Order: sequence, then C-alpha cells, then structure tokens
Amino acid sequence: MAMATREAYGHELAELVKENPRIVVLDADLAGSTKTIEAKKVAPERFFDMGIAEADMIGHAAGLAASGYIPFASSFAMFCTGRAWEQIRNSVAYPHLNVKIVGTHSGITVGEDGASHQAIEDIAIMRAIPGMEVYVPCDAAETKALIRYVSTTKKPCYVRLGRASVDDVYDDTTTFDFPRIKVVNRGEKVAIFATGLEVQEALKAAKNLQSYGMNPTVVDVCSIKPLDEAGIVDILRTHDKIITVEEHNVIGGLGEAISSVSTNREPKLITKLGMPDCFGESGKPRELLEKYRLTYETICDAVSSLCD
Amino acid sequence: MKNSELQEHATHIRQNIIKEVYNAQSGHPGGSLSAADILTVLYFEFMDITKENALSIDRDRFVLSKGHASPLLYAVLAEKGILPEEQLMTFRKINSKLQGHPNMNYVPGVDMSTGSLGQGLAAADGMAIANRLAGNPHRVYALLGDGECEEGEVWETVMAASHYGSDNLCAIIDHNGLQIDGTTHDVIGLDSLGDKFLSFGWHVIRINGHDYEQIRNALMEAEKTKYHPTVIVAETVKGKGVSFMENQVAWHGKAPNEEQMKEALKELGAE
Repeated sequence: MAMATREAYGHELAELVKENPRIVVLDADLAGSTKTIEAKKVAPERFFDMGIAEADMIGHAAGLAASGYIPFASSFAMFCTGRAWEQIRNSVAYPHLNVKIVGTHSGITVGEDGASHQAIEDIAIMRAIPGMEVYVPCDAAETKALIRYVSTTKKPCYVRLGRASVDDVYDDTTTFDFPRIKVVNRGEKVAIFATGLEVQEALKAAKNLQSYGMNPTVVDVCSIKPLDEAGIVDILRTHDKIITVEEHNVIGGLGEAISSVSTNREPKLITKLGMPDCFGESGKPRELLEKYRLTYETICDAVSSLCD
Repeated sequence: MKNSELQEHATHIRQNIIKEVYNAQSGHPGGSLSAADILTVLYFEFMDITKENALSIDRDRFVLSKGHASPLLYAVLAEKGILPEEQLMTFRKINSKLQGHPNMNYVPGVDMSTGSLGQGLAAADGMAIANRLAGNPHRVYALLGDGECEEGEVWETVMAASHYGSDNLCAIIDHNGLQIDGTTHDVIGLDSLGDKFLSFGWHVIRINGHDYEQIRNALMEAEKTKYHPTVIVAETVKGKGVSFMENQVAWHGKAPNEEQMKEALKELGAE
C-alpha cells in the first residue's frame, strides 16, 4: 500500500510512545504535517509543541535527553536541520545526547512550496557532524522498522522522510538489519546505490531494463552514516559500473559517501545522479523529479550508456 | 552559611579563576569574576550537589549557558570538593578534561556542554520539563550573560518556559553591562532586560549580584514562585574583586601576565 514515509513515522511513533514512557515528542508547529500528531493523540502529556522555534526545540530536546528521556524532535527537513544546525552540532552531537531528529518534507518532492522548503543539503550537513547518524528510509515498512531501531540506539541521529506517497518496496514481514545495506534487486555488471524514494525509481528502472536484456543490481542505502562499508565494498567488487541516485544535492550526499568508500577501498568510476548543485522550484512532485532528471527514465539512460 | 564564610569561599574561587587563566594564558576572567558571588551562594546554600551525587540527575542541576565562564564553574566544583583542585591547572591544556568551554561528559558536576551562546537556557528548560514529567522535585538553574541575551534563541526559550509554566527553572543574568565590543547599551541597545522577561510572563527579581543577602533572598523567592519561571537580573561588576580588571572590557577574554597575576592574587588576599 502506498504511503508517505512521514505517515509511517506518525503511526510507529504512536506505537512507541504507548510502549515506552521515556519517549517524548517535540514539534515546531507542524505536527499535522510531520505526523507527530499521531503520538500526541496517544500521549499528549509527552508531546511538546515548541512553536515556530526550531533552535529552541532542539535545545529542549537536548535537555530532555540529558534527563534520560528519548526525544523525537520533528519539523520539515529544511528547518530542523538548517535553522537548528548549530544547536544540533553543539547541544546534541557534541555532548552525545540521545536526540532523534526526524525531518519530513525533504527533497524536491515537497512540491508546490518551492525551493525555500526543499531541503537538498540536509544529508550533507548532518553527515558532516561528528558522531551524527543519518538514515533515509525508502518506504513505510522500512520507516517503521527504522524508527523503532533508532529508539533503542542511545545515540543522536537524523532521519530523513518525505512528504509524497511512495510505493512499498518491502512488507511487514521484511526484517531489517540496520545499518546494513539491502540488495533489493540482485543483478549484474551495473550496481545502483539508491536512497529514499530513489530506491523505487531504481527498481522501476531495473524492471524496465530487464526487457532489454540488462539487469542492474539495486541497493537500498538507508543508513548513510554509519555506512555499511563491507557490504558496499562487496557490491563494488562484484560490479563493473556504479551509479548512485538521491533526491539531494550531488554534493555531500549518498553519492559522495559511496565515492569515499570506493576511493579508499575499491576504486571505480561512479555516475552520480542527484540535484546538480541547483535549487528546486514549485511544481508537482512528479513534474519536479522529471525536470531535475531524478526518475527511473534518467536511471535507465545512465545504465544504458554505461552498458554501451 | 554565614556571609563571612560565603565571602571566604568566593574569594578562594576568585583566586582559582586567576590561577586557571594565568596558567592557561587563555580564558575569560572578567565574566567569571562577575558571577562568582552568585554561584557561591547557589552552590553552598541552595543546590544539593555533592561529590557522591555529581553524576546523578536526582539532584539540582546547573547549566552554565555563558560557557566562557568555565574557570568559574571549575573553581566552584573544586571548592565543593567535586573536582580535584590540582586539576584546575590543566584548564585549556592539551588532553585536559577542563575544556575551554565545559563538556558535560568530561567533568562530573557539569550538567550541560555549553560554549555557543544562547543555547544553555533551552537545555535547562528541557531538564525542567523532564523533572516535572518524571516527578523529580529538583530545580534547574541557568546562568546567562547579558550580552548572551542578544541571541534570538534565548527569547524562543523565554517564551516556551513561560508557556509551559517552568516554575522549577531559575535563570540568572550576570548583568555586568559589558560585552566584547563595548557596553551592552552601545553595542546593540540591550536595555530593560527585566522588563523584557516580565513581558514574556516571567517572575523577575532585580538584585545586586555581589550582595549575599540579596542573592539568597532572590533564590528563596524563586523557589517559592509557582506557575512562572523566575529570572534573577543580577547587577554585577565585570572583573569584580580585582581592581584593575573591574569594569574593563579588555579583561573579557585575556590572561594576566605574571606581574598582573601576582597583583590580582594579592588583592584577593592570597599568600
């Protein structure tokens, strides 16, 4: 069933606050959009709307974590990672406080709101902070499993979620072994590392290419930091050509994370698909993905040209 | 505790501030000396922190939001017997637990890592909310600089703490009127601090931050104040206790040379 990852987050968080009295939820006036409102319905006494004040929200989360609580602090990805970057850096990551920052409405598929609301740098700026973990789940099942997983890790992390509804890649019976990568299509010669909703695009590309006699491997990289180096090296060693694809600037995101592993361990030429260091704009999510060449068609072209 | 005993502790704390900054040849003496009397009363008459419970959260907690006054916090923790006094001489040195700005994971008794101005009060109110959620009766204190109140985040937190009725939170402003580029008035017109807090719904107490009786009474009044967070706006003298540092912005973040160190310690009655 198609569902936005933010919706899956709201449902799972509502379950978790029921189960664990140490979990508290903070939002910055966007509870209905980030879906933390689901947790508020279950445990209103552990839900704190901090108003349109993301820096203060992160500071409060740090204080709650320093008192043994497990805060989930949410807003749009742009604002909770951008506006509050330095609070995350100095009040959360530096003291290793157990704060879960969950940014929804990431990437260009925010759509009509336009570039001011389309975080395409969040992976980069979160990844650059020492000790900060960064996760980008691709569908509802992975999001639910991930939210449950991070509630147990006792480390700060950033979880990047989307606004738009996305098709299921997994189902409720799938088991996840974070931070390991997941090979969602076992092919040959070309490997595509994808994250977030680009996993679905890559799978669609693989399916299309199969009718032309090509079968690229598709890898879901949900954990961008820590990175499953061993798993990635294994894919690099067993494939000739590598593609990365992400709904994020090509600078500082998944592509550069994979490149870094490749440079150190298994040098390969890598084609990086992502936002080409430009801002997005208003439009429907699908139109934007098409305009900025982040759909399965672009991935098909990239694979085909590598196979020529 | 008798005021004369508080005075002795405060003087010893001031001596250690001078020694720390001299030994490191780096650090912030001015804003450490200005808040020494406030923290002496707070730590010796109000907070229930001891060496034994320093790592626990089941005690009163303190956030040094103006993290650059770390020489003061370390000296206070040493005065309380929580931090070995000889460790003060590692301040700001390589491999030391006593970082230039405090790290909560390095020093028992440091309740929040701070240094970037404007952030400590939010964490303190997070702790205050946590205490109320957990039924923990302990209080949370935060010391802010006046210049620090130029940071927007401070006012986000002032609004939130008022909204959530954090009466177990007490903010203390070390209002010495000086910041790096000049007076707080000249730099950005930071006036009427108490009125600002008042308009956000805080209980405001204005005192002389070097008068033990006034500090004590204010902290008692804060304890008794219900439904609203309290701010104590303490008028202080930057560099208090060392005549050539008093009201001199140049001593915000400068270490004394040997002669100045000796003169300062002499004024503070050290042998």
